Amino acid sequence: MIATAPPLALQAPQLMTTPPLLTMTGVSRRYGDVVALRDVSATVYPGEVLGIVGESGSGKSTLLRMMNLEDMPDAGDYRLALPDLPGNLFDLDRFARRMLCATRIGIVYQNPHLGLLMKHTSSGNVAERLLIAGERSFAALRGRAREALDASEFPLDRMDARPLELSGGMQQRVQLAKAIALEPVLLLLDEPTTGLDVSVQALVLDTLKRLQRDRAMTIVIVSHDLGVIRTMADRVMVMRRGRVVEQGLADQIFQDPQHDYTQQLVHAKL
Amino acid sequence: MTIATLTKPWEAMSYGFLDASAKRELRRKMLKAIAVPGCQMPYASREVPMARGWGTGGLQVTLTLLRPSSVVKVIDQGADDSVNAASIRSFLSKVSGARETWDTLEATIIQSRHRIPEERLRADQVLVLQVPNPEPLRPVEPNMSVARQMHADADYGRLWLILYEQIVRSGRVMQGAAYPSLVNGRHVMTPSPIPRWDVPKLHMAQHLTFLSAGREKRLYAVPPFTRVEPLVFSDVPFQVEDHAALTCHRSGLTGYFMNEIPQGGGGSQFELSDSNLGIKAIRQAEGAEARVGSTWYENGKMPQ
Repeated sequence: MIATAPPLALQAPQLMTTPPLLTMTGVSRRYGDVVALRDVSATVYPGEVLGIVGESGSGKSTLLRMMNLEDMPDAGDYRLALPDLPGNLFDLDRFARRMLCATRIGIVYQNPHLGLLMKHTSSGNVAERLLIAGERSFAALRGRAREALDASEFPLDRMDARPLELSGGMQQRVQLAKAIALEPVLLLLDEPTTGLDVSVQALVLDTLKRLQRDRAMTIVIVSHDLGVIRTMADRVMVMRRGRVVEQGLADQIFQDPQHDYTQQLVHAKL
Repeated sequence: MTIATLTKPWEAMSYGFLDASAKRELRRKMLKAIAVPGCQMPYASREVPMARGWGTGGLQVTLTLLRPSSVVKVIDQGADDSVNAASIRSFLSKVSGARETWDTLEATIIQSRHRIPEERLRADQVLVLQVPNPEPLRPVEPNMSVARQMHADADYGRLWLILYEQIVRSGRVMQGAAYPSLVNGRHVMTPSPIPRWDVPKLHMAQHLTFLSAGREKRLYAVPPFTRVEPLVFSDVPFQVEDHAALTCHRSGLTGYFMNEIPQGGGGSQFELSDSNLGIKAIRQAEGAEARVGSTWYENGKMPQ
């Protein structure tokens, strides 16, 4: 008999054989009487886009804030596959946390006021990230800010305009440029296109898709808009009342939803 | 035994105007400020017979340092004879018995607003600067609690952001006074309101400098022989004002910080900002006895 490799269909998919980039286990958080997250676990593999959907108050934004270490849980464990930070990231001190967020994680908020210094120039906003990481050469700051803005398809002739003077779509592009300037291992998107009109939304999503393809970025995207999730995500997690009710490949969730709530959600959209 | 034997005779005020407890508090905070160079120390900031914003912070520090043998000089915008400088100086001497002077070399305590004298200060002299706004992070972080946390984390990236935007907008660093400087490699302070010209004088200086803001109730210090490095980009060097080639029209001195005096024809003349140095130079030229000390800047250049 000739030894052969098992047929392709029986091999584990490549996603399963690489170790996950992000592992969150048993994260719980209460705000007074309100339970925002109940024992939530999530895994994200390198190069993958995880979409998180759910209604308002389902805990999806809280979860994303935890991933950005802006908020601490009551219990839980959070690890990123970074050789220099092997332990539970929730145990880091404030200083290490700030460094990690600034250099390894990028985030785009729904509200640009949260992510941008509105009174400073757009290129300055991107440069601030580089300054936190220790870049002290003016020419390098200028060049890298220009590169990052260009990559997020921001018109370069306006790179020294203040975000206050820009349209919503442009502000999101500045946020995106700021998020990707240091080539983070993880990009978090919190409703990045909510509040933009449909055509601008499509353009921003285009940019995101292209960036994801070019740089094989690992992205977690939170949205209540199923259209956005369907365009972007490889895998989808459905949340409701602080719990993950269903998760699976995007096609699977949209074509064959199992949970009552997911079924309602998918049908409401179509 | 009567009460009178146990108490001191009545006096109109304590020595040096401030009461003993106020001076004790200030001394403690001044020692702390020396121990952590450049770090802002909060203090109570008592009432003094002067409005907030007129140098009450500097005045309190000076009052605490004074003794009858002190010689005190007060500078306002480089001049000893302005109303503010003259009245602060006479108040200081009245409440402490200290001698008044205009001469930098003679003074033991120099209280100043806007300038550090051009003549080198010695180890036995103390410089007290009046500061309007002690917080270098205020332009980038309006919330002072957050700013204090940023100091704790040495999170100063945004200060370079200000410089970055000045270069982008104007092609050069525009920060004139209050140039943010890193003290002892740890805390960024604003050496306000001295011009850029005076910032290098604080670096590894022999004298002790106190900076005190009465309204904001903060004081900080640069002890002798402490590094004071203005924030710069690695490819954009720190530059002082372009005054090296200017000549004072009264004393004829060249290579010091000048005040510009606009003239009728649209041109301008310059005169020494450090007025006492100018006076001494004129006296020397007239043959009178006047001793001019060695200056920080030599031929308009700061020796490295």
